Amino acid sequence: MTLQRPQIAAARKGTGAAAISLRGVVKRFGDFTAVDGLDLEVPSGVCLGLLGPNGAGKSTTMKMLTAQAIATEGSIHVLGFEVPRDSKRARAAMGVVPQQDNLDEELTARENLEVFAHLYRVPRKERRKAVDDALEIAHLTGRQLTKVDDLSGGMRRRLLIARGLVHSPALVLLDEPTVGLDPQVRAELWGLIDGLRAGGTTVLMSTHYIEEAERLADECALMSHGKVIARGSPPELVAEYAGERVVEHYGPPDRLSEVERVARGAGLPTRRTGPSVSVLKAETIAPSLEDELGPDGVRRASNLEDVFVILTGERVE
Amino acid sequence: MTVQAERAPRLRRFEMAPVRGIWRHELALYKRYWKSQSFASMVEPTFFLLAFGYGFGSMVAVIGDFRYLDFVATGVVGTAALFTSVFPGMFNGYIRRVFQHTYDGMLAAPVDVHELVTAEALWIAAKSAVYSCTPIVVGMFFGLDPAFGMLLVPFVTFFTALGFGLFGMWTSSVVPSINSFDYVITGVVTPLFLIAGTFFPIGSLPGWAQAVSYFNPLYHCVQLVRDCVFGLQPLADLGHLAGLVVFAGLMWLIAVRGMRGRLID
Repeated sequence: MTLQRPQIAAARKGTGAAAISLRGVVKRFGDFTAVDGLDLEVPSGVCLGLLGPNGAGKSTTMKMLTAQAIATEGSIHVLGFEVPRDSKRARAAMGVVPQQDNLDEELTARENLEVFAHLYRVPRKERRKAVDDALEIAHLTGRQLTKVDDLSGGMRRRLLIARGLVHSPALVLLDEPTVGLDPQVRAELWGLIDGLRAGGTTVLMSTHYIEEAERLADECALMSHGKVIARGSPPELVAEYAGERVVEHYGPPDRLSEVERVARGAGLPTRRTGPSVSVLKAETIAPSLEDELGPDGVRRASNLEDVFVILTGERVE
Repeated sequence: MTVQAERAPRLRRFEMAPVRGIWRHELALYKRYWKSQSFASMVEPTFFLLAFGYGFGSMVAVIGDFRYLDFVATGVVGTAALFTSVFPGMFNGYIRRVFQHTYDGMLAAPVDVHELVTAEALWIAAKSAVYSCTPIVVGMFFGLDPAFGMLLVPFVTFFTALGFGLFGMWTSSVVPSINSFDYVITGVVTPLFLIAGTFFPIGSLPGWAQAVSYFNPLYHCVQLVRDCVFGLQPLADLGHLAGLVVFAGLMWLIAVRGMRGRLID
């Protein structure tokens, strides 16, 4: 089921305008700069994956969008409202799914949603239906009277997403929506998020799971040290930074160092992944260089993980 | 250029909608735990009343113009208002902020910190206003004469509990860990109820302690409750009421400031 309420319908019109706009945003905590001159625009109707390693500034950015963190410098607009000055109106029109499960465990799934339907100003006459719809989206209709404490991890996560959707927002912020969940539950949630995207809701999703970004995001912005260092659709990013193919070489450390030296000497980017070295843009390797690199390479298609590691220098999950 | 939300309503700086939403949360919890909460909130002051009323009452028959049991019954109202407000303010405030992150979830919705603090404090005060009347009801079973002024007691305890609930919330925003509440309970809460004229008149205290009691909101609560039950003294009672209102106002300011400091980075 997809949402068909007026705000989403408006967003689906696809005006091309930005649902989120951050310009020169800086956030400092004492001497530590968490976000460092961030410029980011999220067009309406788009699912943007904010990708980056832990500590890249993704969660701080999310918190600034809801005015739960106040930017030290720069300007932020969400759905046309200046944040933090007019953040209450912005929050009324967006839904937030936090990284940390903060459902009330003592209440039932339905009661949790009812509380937030009140907080989000869902009109009294529409409240019951809004809660029913949110439960249906999260496939929790049959468990609506179950205490949250008795729900499984996956159900709790779905309920958390439903809570962010109870007022049919035009924009949804998903902060690491599947962190810590097993692959089966993660796949379940991906289906749910994909349904949102298909329904025209603007989604800003922070994640450090490459596969999640590849599957769900129309566009990805790679963050590192509080800045966006690359942006584009997953295929565009892969093509630009990692090429079409990668050759992975396995062997002892000396051998890997040799491969790295030869590849870099030829201007090819490389990345270490545990016991192997990957040589990117392998489609450009000349036959003579291929001989020099050795015959032990395993070819595979490039992916977003290669881009991530090349650009951030970090390992991924 | 950014997209403008269609027909987005202008939201005022302070609104009742989030307050009602937070009350809905409290009501859902209360429906689950009303029995245990009511037991603790009503039985404890009754024990105080019976223990002091009959224990000391057997040695001290009267204090001033009052039977000692009546004196204690009206005094324990203040103690009940203090305990049923300051502890929820402290512990709920801390647990929901630090352990459950309930407040983070609410503040991501169109709820501001001052609305959250107000809603929580009003709920605490409303509950406390009702519960803290228990000693008067029990006292009537033991000979306390009914009076129309007793109907004003819930209003007195409401303002008292509002102030102390907010005080509890403020302390929850400044303590470094939940264990630090021991300092607050022993160092602040206990002295407050000992120098409020609850179990003995403050006239029996040294001069400096009497002076301190005048700055103790609980003293003003106890005096107001006694006057409601035994006869109003308009000018003095307005002064007591003003003391409670000013205390609640000050506590609101520092509770909001403290919570904002903790909840907004």
